[in-house]
Amino acid sequence: MLAVDPGFAYKFLHAQERTVLAAVVPVMLSGALPEDPARQEQTVVQIIRGVDLAVSGLPSSVQDEVGELFALLAFPVTRRIVAGVASPWLEASPAAVGAFLERWRLSRFALLRSAYRALQELIMASWYGNPMSWPAIAYPGPPVLHR
Amino acid sequence: MSGRAASLPDPVAEGLAAGWSATNASKLAGDLRLDADVAIVGTGAGGGTAAEILTKAGLRVVMLEEGPLMSSSAFHMRESEAYPDLYQESAARKTKDKGIAILQGRCVGGSTTVNWTASFRTPPATLSYWQRVFGLKELTVDELAPWFAVMERRLSIEPWPLPPNENNDVLRRGAAKLGIPTAAIRRNVKGCWNLGYCGEGCPTNAKQSMLVTTIPAALSRGAVLVSRASAQRLVIAKDRVTEVQCVALDASGVRPGAYRVSVKARHFVLAAGAIGTPALLLRSGAPDPHQRLGRRTFLHPTCVSAAIMPGRVDGYAGAPQSVYCDHFLETQPIDGAIGYKLEVPPLHPLLMATTLQGYGRTHAQLMGHLPDTQAIIALQRDGFNPHSQGGRVLLKSDGSPLLDYPISDFVWDGLRRAYLSMAEIQFAAGAKSVLPIHEDAMPYSSLQAAREAIKRLPMQVIRARVLSAHAMGGCSMGSDARNAVVGSDGRHHQLDNVSVFDGSVFPTSVGANPQLSIYGLAARQTSRLAQWLTGRPAPAIA
Repeated sequence: MLAVDPGFAYKFLHAQERTVLAAVVPVMLSGALPEDPARQEQTVVQIIRGVDLAVSGLPSSVQDEVGELFALLAFPVTRRIVAGVASPWLEASPAAVGAFLERWRLSRFALLRSAYRALQELIMASWYGNPMSWPAIAYPGPPVLHR
Repeated sequence: MSGRAASLPDPVAEGLAAGWSATNASKLAGDLRLDADVAIVGTGAGGGTAAEILTKAGLRVVMLEEGPLMSSSAFHMRESEAYPDLYQESAARKTKDKGIAILQGRCVGGSTTVNWTASFRTPPATLSYWQRVFGLKELTVDELAPWFAVMERRLSIEPWPLPPNENNDVLRRGAAKLGIPTAAIRRNVKGCWNLGYCGEGCPTNAKQSMLVTTIPAALSRGAVLVSRASAQRLVIAKDRVTEVQCVALDASGVRPGAYRVSVKARHFVLAAGAIGTPALLLRSGAPDPHQRLGRRTFLHPTCVSAAIMPGRVDGYAGAPQSVYCDHFLETQPIDGAIGYKLEVPPLHPLLMATTLQGYGRTHAQLMGHLPDTQAIIALQRDGFNPHSQGGRVLLKSDGSPLLDYPISDFVWDGLRRAYLSMAEIQFAAGAKSVLPIHEDAMPYSSLQAAREAIKRLPMQVIRARVLSAHAMGGCSMGSDARNAVVGSDGRHHQLDNVSVFDGSVFPTSVGANPQLSIYGLAARQTSRLAQWLTGRPAPAIA
């Protein structure tokens, strides 16, 4: 299996969990990322690093919950049974990833909805907190304070 | 000159250079033991107000804060820095079922460092309900008026002289078209630059938060501040507290480090907020003979309606909150169907992106409308009806707090009505489309379509987006110890030398942004405490 960003010192996300994000981020942010494949791949790596940084700043009890979610998604058996994604993450089609997100987003189980929300919030926060995302949404960024 | 104005004054940095006694506990090389007349846990609206008054009264004060001491030169107006640095759980704190997201400060100055400056006195209807139901006979409008007035002077709370930004003006214009009154919000600012980044920490020190007012005043008079010290336990002997024990956090600022900070004192003021204070008392095994501790926690559960306007709104720029509408609080009795206050939130990309429903292209398209997006929020006035009992603070296995706040059908009803009220106002103001912030909703281009959709939206957690920036209650104030944790003077009903001076004392929600309610009440309570501790009249505040 291909490794995602193997040279970077991640504080929280294991290699398997990074592959989950490498598959989910482009679907979660479809329409928001650069179209050029090489630039998109670099951007996805930046977003994964941002998620890692964000989780490492959370209190331990919350980190544990996020850790359980990623472990569940990364483990092949639960990936198939709970997330309903048949193939390994890096082989999953965008349609299969989208179907998984949609099932959890509108699930009748609050637990699955909350798991979807955790992924949505982590990924959106990592991208839209990053100035790289601002030109596309015409956000000028914080003002520069001259005196 | 370019870049961030290095020449802008930073009164906190200056004070530290001048020799304030301020310790970052994550840099300790051993345990720290302190003695004080009064130990204050928490440095937000309650703790900051108390620190200045007690210090002025000549008492030796130690302030304990679990968050960092950060000030204007470190405030870069960036959400990606501000949320992890200055907020509880990186601004992603959630209730137990994840149904409500809670914005709460976690830094020196507490939520006052990051709030949006809206300042309201406690509404008279709220006070009269407290008198009637909780026996708080002393807390009348007339009794509290001078305390609000003095804190308004101290914190420069005044009418905002500039016109509202477009985000706020849509609320004003739309309501006016419907014959619904709105009014201007007073703000605690001095020389405000109208930037719009109050929530990321004020970079110009215009916001008169505790960080730049009462805490510097206390430190200049010799008070001691220990930041990144998380109060874990009060040591209780019979009906008195002898010591507060804290863990010094490690360099991450969120995990426990190797050392302890403990403070022995004559009196203890708890001001760790409506989730932190009950949690500290629960961890300490404080007496709670009537099982009131941590109960009746209120949040002003808040839903959001976004609108795409025909022109630019620039909701990230300008004073974030300057217009409010109390009409929907007053359309029914206070203890009838739940009412709501309408205000406007600032629209910055990170918080907007994580709050909006959906993902992928749908979400990206909505984000692309950032400059012409407007939003209204509806804050539900919870706690005034038997069907609105609020939440309960629990402890996780590691002792950290968890708020269990199930949203009752009574509250859902208000949230649904509020979606419609907000859509009506936004269309009246000329919105091209209105988007209730709900996982099942989409932008609707007519009021008719919005009304039909809102009627059918499933009101369930993590479908409807519900937020709170106002945690209140959990150490209810009341004259009768059987249904309250503290008395009308903020003194603990069972512990002789403990006072609670923060938002946790409110027996219901306030029905308005709570900062001025906390300042006024804390000023009154602290002044009485100072007089009792010193045997002299309390000092003048402003």
